Amino acid sequence: MSAKLARRDHRAAWLFLLPVLVVILLVAVWPLARTFYFAFTDAYLDDPSVYSIVWFDNFIEVLNDRSWWVAVRNTLVFTVISVAIETGLGLAIALLLNAAIPGRGLARAAILVPWAIPVVVATKMWEWMLNDQFGVINKILSGLGLVDHGIAWTASSSLIMGVVIFVDVWMTTPFMVLLILAGLQLISPEIFEAADVDGIPAWKRFWSITLPMLRPAIGVAVLFRVLDALRMFDLAYVLAASNENVMTVSIYARDRLISFQELGVGSAASTWVFLLVALVAIIIIGVLRLDRAAGT
Amino acid sequence: MDTATLSRPLRKPSSFHRAKRRIVRGLQIFALLLVLVYTLFPYYWAFVSSTKQGAALYHSALVPALDFTYYRQLIDNPIFMGSLLNSAYVAVCTTFLSLVIGVSAAYALGRIEFPQRRAVLMIVLMISIFPQVVVLSGMFELINWFGLFNRPSALILTYLLSTVPFTTWILTTFIREFPRELEEAAIIDGCSHFRILTKILLPLMGPSLASTGILAFILAWNEFLFALTFTLTDENRTVPVAIGLIAGTSRYEYPFGQIMAASVTVTLPLIAVVLVFQRRIVAGLTAGAVKG
Amino acid sequence: MASVSLHAVSKSFGTHAVIQGVELQIDDGEFVVFVGPSGCGKSTLLRIVAGLVAPSSGIVAIGGDDVTDVPASRRGVAFVFQSYALYPHMSVARNIGFALETLGMARDAVSQKVLGVARMLKVDHLMDRRPRELSGGQRQRVAIGRALVRQPEIFLFDEPLSNLDSDLRMEMRLEIARLHTELKTTMIYVTHDQSEAMTLADRIVVLNQGRVEQVGTPQQLYHAPDNRFVAGFIGSPRMNFLNVSSRQEGEVAVLTGAGNLSLALTTGDAQSGIAEIGIRPEALRLVAEGEGRIACILERVEDLGHEHFGYCRISDGTVWVIRLPQAPLPDRIGKPAGLDFAGSAVYAFAADGRRVAVGAGHVAEGPQP
Repeated sequence: MSAKLARRDHRAAWLFLLPVLVVILLVAVWPLARTFYFAFTDAYLDDPSVYSIVWFDNFIEVLNDRSWWVAVRNTLVFTVISVAIETGLGLAIALLLNAAIPGRGLARAAILVPWAIPVVVATKMWEWMLNDQFGVINKILSGLGLVDHGIAWTASSSLIMGVVIFVDVWMTTPFMVLLILAGLQLISPEIFEAADVDGIPAWKRFWSITLPMLRPAIGVAVLFRVLDALRMFDLAYVLAASNENVMTVSIYARDRLISFQELGVGSAASTWVFLLVALVAIIIIGVLRLDRAAGT
Repeated sequence: MDTATLSRPLRKPSSFHRAKRRIVRGLQIFALLLVLVYTLFPYYWAFVSSTKQGAALYHSALVPALDFTYYRQLIDNPIFMGSLLNSAYVAVCTTFLSLVIGVSAAYALGRIEFPQRRAVLMIVLMISIFPQVVVLSGMFELINWFGLFNRPSALILTYLLSTVPFTTWILTTFIREFPRELEEAAIIDGCSHFRILTKILLPLMGPSLASTGILAFILAWNEFLFALTFTLTDENRTVPVAIGLIAGTSRYEYPFGQIMAASVTVTLPLIAVVLVFQRRIVAGLTAGAVKG
Repeated sequence: MASVSLHAVSKSFGTHAVIQGVELQIDDGEFVVFVGPSGCGKSTLLRIVAGLVAPSSGIVAIGGDDVTDVPASRRGVAFVFQSYALYPHMSVARNIGFALETLGMARDAVSQKVLGVARMLKVDHLMDRRPRELSGGQRQRVAIGRALVRQPEIFLFDEPLSNLDSDLRMEMRLEIARLHTELKTTMIYVTHDQSEAMTLADRIVVLNQGRVEQVGTPQQLYHAPDNRFVAGFIGSPRMNFLNVSSRQEGEVAVLTGAGNLSLALTTGDAQSGIAEIGIRPEALRLVAEGEGRIACILERVEDLGHEHFGYCRISDGTVWVIRLPQAPLPDRIGKPAGLDFAGSAVYAFAADGRRVAVGAGHVAEGPQP
């Protein structure tokens, strides 16, 4: 029987997979397991070897912390609003770049710039442009007579979440544009030609042809972006350190863990973050699947 | 007669359509210019600001003053130059390791039929969406065991968490695009799996490796959370952390000139790479997502 | 000895059975063509012989030895792919010599052998070119060269000519035939093009839905198909079919059908169960209305220059093709006509597709008014 030939192939496959499996075990599975384990202990970071098991105390402590719920709310607000804006803006720019206009090649390259810039750098650049006294944005606004004195964008507790979302939109819309553009290019131009010949108006063409055919591409892009936004750390941290108005769950967990040295509670908070992300991922993937089933 | 009017609606004169087309075209070009300003102006402004000294920084003249004092200060600053080197070292090593590990895994996942193939792919995909903060405690312990705390090499190890699943996934989709017959021909010619990978596929994968490598490099170059957590002292920092931690004595003396100069310096190589390899980057980004 | 035999070979991908219980014996030096519609499993069967696809069950033997578990490279086979599958990053010379290089043969010996093969195939002036710099025909020759250099016991061809335009296809077909005459090696050739099958093959294997429908020489398949599938598949334009109802009168089956058909055939069997008849286009003659055996309307005539095809609609809607020696007068088109044929040209099939042997001593009647 030539199951023998197949078995030889299977052995080869595992051999080629060996390095990646070692890496996954070492830097993903093992640390994850340790995090889960520490979450049940009262360990401190200065000496993690001394601890006792406290079962679910840490999990309950996190849930009883008002700051945790503020962080959850911030994270969800940030994720929903920024991904929604990015999707709309990304779709608009992708449609624009897909049209045959002079200079679109240049624009396609330019759109990659915000995406490639480190988050820290982008944050600093916008922080400078949004500076209340010397920022170019306030200068332009007062020059246009829209405001009489500079707005303290990053200092005001009511505006800072808006700033975080705005900068995130600037940085990550390119990713949306690229994925949607790739989806657009998968659509055969003949379909649009057929719609043209049939005299279908532009808005209807967009609504009944372009958008339904882009659904898979947009779905995947939204999934990636949502999962990325839920773990956002660097942007809010660099802009406002631990300012409660923009503290995300990642910042909260790291603060407990590193700044307060609470290995046990910090791990419990991390575990909650993990569960939150997993839950959202399952929901989104479920919704995408349902869509696909309904489409066929 | 109804059918005749349906197939031939009232025609407007050609000049009407020409004018309409021109207006649409004009609006499109205007929108395109807006997009260009939106994406490029912040970077341009950072450059302009970085070449202004003293009080000029606070005047919003749109042209650069081309005074490179801040850049000279950066070059003379051993801490900053050290963090540049650290970043380069960490990013290059991470990229190289992730490509080697990724290609090997991608060959198995893309080319060999084995029962657990889908399961392995799903695990790889799941790890790439992990929030990094979740492994922070365990990773801390791991790095202490290896005695790597506060060493740039620690970052290479931790970055593999995000780059390896990513390179594996993208390279798998790239490898699948090669025609199966090419590999069958090699099998008939007596090649082992290893020889197929090294002699047939790898020489053909230059562009795919470039796409994937650039993405992994950018990911490693820009990482912040692990770099902030696992390095303590200035001489071991990477550039993003160094810039993130530049601070003035008070809010009004915030050294924006220096920060902008550092930002431009750090980003310039990335932007050059991005503009040169634009097509390859787009290919890499979309290979993972669209066909996945 | 390089005979090939397949015993009870089956292959399924998941629940989809691609090959179902194939039994086949191919003799040493024979040129066998696998032919069948797309998706019939002919390429998979070839890959099972090569060792590129492992059968789900069954035994593959080459030269009398069971090779079911032997890897492809040790089976002494060479494979010419549909896409040629030349290594794009290697020169022509290295493409041809790569198998020998892999075996660890000395560099000089390799280049000598490569040169010999390249001369034989007239590609020795292209040795340093890359595959993308070659024309389709040249690529094809290099692909054959790569197979040839290994001095295989069996050549396997997977639709090697389907990517060439028709002139070149003819030329390469002759080249492959010449190669077989010179080398006398066993060759298995997969194609969906029946003219390639008819001209190249010693024997043809007709495959349909993973099963062998019939194995035989081109003449046998054309003149004595085992079943309706083979009868319809071999021959171009294909055989004309008509549903009939039959009434058995001893050893004579009386058949009636559309177009006022009424036909009596001797069957040698009291239970023939004939459900369908078939007649090849070249066995039909166009006659005047009311004459011949079937009434029809001549709908269209296609003029191909050297030959003409008439399309005749019979009363149940079936369209029959007829090969005409010369174009009929234009005023006959669209008018009723008759079709005549010799009784010996009739093939009869049972409801399950099996061919029913009918005697030449038939009783014929003209169309009824």
